[in-house]
Amino acid sequence: MNVLVCISNVPDTTTKVKFTDNNTRLDTAGIQWVINPWDELSLTRALELKDDASTGVKQVSVAHVGPVSSEPTIRKALAIGADNAFRVNVEPADAYQVAAALAEVVKAGQFDIILCGIESSDYNGSNVGSMLAEFLDLPSVSAISNLKVEGGQAVITREIDGGKEVVVVPSPFVGIVQKGIAKEPRIAAMRGIMMARSKPITVLEAPAAEALSSFVAYEPPQPRAACKFIDPENAAQLIEMLQNEAKVI
Amino acid sequence: MSVIIYAENWDGKFKKLTFELASYGAKVAEMLGTSLVAVSIGKVEESELKKLGKYGVQKVVTTDHELLRHLDSKAYTSLIARVAQKEGAKVIVMASNNAGKSIAPRLSVKLKAALGSGVNKLPLTTEPFVVSKKVFSGNAFAHLLLNTEVKIITLMQNSFDLAENAVEPVIENFSVELDGAEVKTVVKDVQKHEGKILLTDAEIVISGGRGMKSADNWQPILELAELLNAATACSRPVSDEGWRPHEEHTGQTGKIIAPNLYFAIGISGATQHLAGVSSSKYIVAINSDKSAPIFEAAQYGIVGDAMKVLPKLVEAVKEIKTK
Repeated sequence: MNVLVCISNVPDTTTKVKFTDNNTRLDTAGIQWVINPWDELSLTRALELKDDASTGVKQVSVAHVGPVSSEPTIRKALAIGADNAFRVNVEPADAYQVAAALAEVVKAGQFDIILCGIESSDYNGSNVGSMLAEFLDLPSVSAISNLKVEGGQAVITREIDGGKEVVVVPSPFVGIVQKGIAKEPRIAAMRGIMMARSKPITVLEAPAAEALSSFVAYEPPQPRAACKFIDPENAAQLIEMLQNEAKVI
Repeated sequence: MSVIIYAENWDGKFKKLTFELASYGAKVAEMLGTSLVAVSIGKVEESELKKLGKYGVQKVVTTDHELLRHLDSKAYTSLIARVAQKEGAKVIVMASNNAGKSIAPRLSVKLKAALGSGVNKLPLTTEPFVVSKKVFSGNAFAHLLLNTEVKIITLMQNSFDLAENAVEPVIENFSVELDGAEVKTVVKDVQKHEGKILLTDAEIVISGGRGMKSADNWQPILELAELLNAATACSRPVSDEGWRPHEEHTGQTGKIIAPNLYFAIGISGATQHLAGVSSSKYIVAINSDKSAPIFEAAQYGIVGDAMKVLPKLVEAVKEIKTK
């Protein structure tokens, strides 16, 4: 069984984002790029499955869509433990174009489980995984908080409104992964970093899929009114203000 | 030509979120000078379907099949795509929730329709079609141009006020032929948190952080939540410690919520936490550290020991509830 984990690189989540060109473009100066947190958890879970011989998972690959400048992110995934990587050589424009590019990777290999993070922490789209499944005409399961492989079959726990469902789908399928899938992201050890240098990255050319949407402008959030402080000895006053001033209780 | 909403049901019932979508869809239909159609999948009584009319839905296309009682994103997508084509949909609107997030992107590929996900208000313009959405986990808003003839929008919960616009909707049954081969997702087990207010639906949320010091200190939070008909939540360290279940974690990697009122108790307000709650209409912060960043996001604040302040709040709420 082979697992493919799709990884995106995003600004470090503590980045203070700034825009340039009259607020039409992200200012990338000084940004530290990291693996998208949910993708990192997907990769961690895939490696845990590989570590457990009973799952039959033999290989974990990663796929990334981006120019050569994003290879450090791929190397990081290889250092964490992925066996090999694919990069589709195109500047990502929107989720549709990225999903179309990832579909080329899936077609180029033999993958039983394809994992994507539920969203990226930059554009917060939650789109790529499900789009990829539709491009490939594969089943997809979203909001996965647990993934096991038993008797050659993936057993999935997905979150639904107000609860959880345990579901099975035939492979290959696209799994869209959320919090809970792995406890802590795995960190690269020195040995992994050394080994990553010699692991293969296959570069594919992008398919002819154009973006359907584009960001035309950005705006910072509206500043909130200053906080009104209430004396802790007179906490009841807060409830009075929430009732009569904010009118929310 | 039409605007279509996907009217999801929960055990045969709609909820406020569904009516928010209808209110939003009606306004978009008005902007485009067209009519509003709702698609319902699953077993929903006609009396329930008709409730959509109160918010401007002129026609409800309803379909039920035993294979569609659980979400199968591929089968649902295929069905909604057929209704969209039949109704000449120009804009398709869904909720930005579990179901919407798993259907809308598939539909975008199937119909080659641009998708704006997590949209927080009406389209800024319709020619060209530009929507607004939160990006960088709430640190900015972006204007997104949807550059195709058919557009898809997923709308953030609690971002659009209900607007009554009563019409008598036409109910149309849409029958589907399905065999097991088209529905791949097999549900083996369902675990529901019975009787709890859903965090994503709650108008008021009471959330505790590391400043609560121990799982044993949660009683006043639970009591306050009960009195205010609120849901309970927590910050990431709290769910990591196992003081509260993971489902309660709000923040960048947990749940993103937008209640009317959010109590952050003993939560310092790291960027990652604020990313999950910054769309709340009002934030109340209670923290012993007056320099905690949560006070920059809050409209009301108390600098003090949560264990001393909470009982006073509980008493004050009891007092107003008995009046």
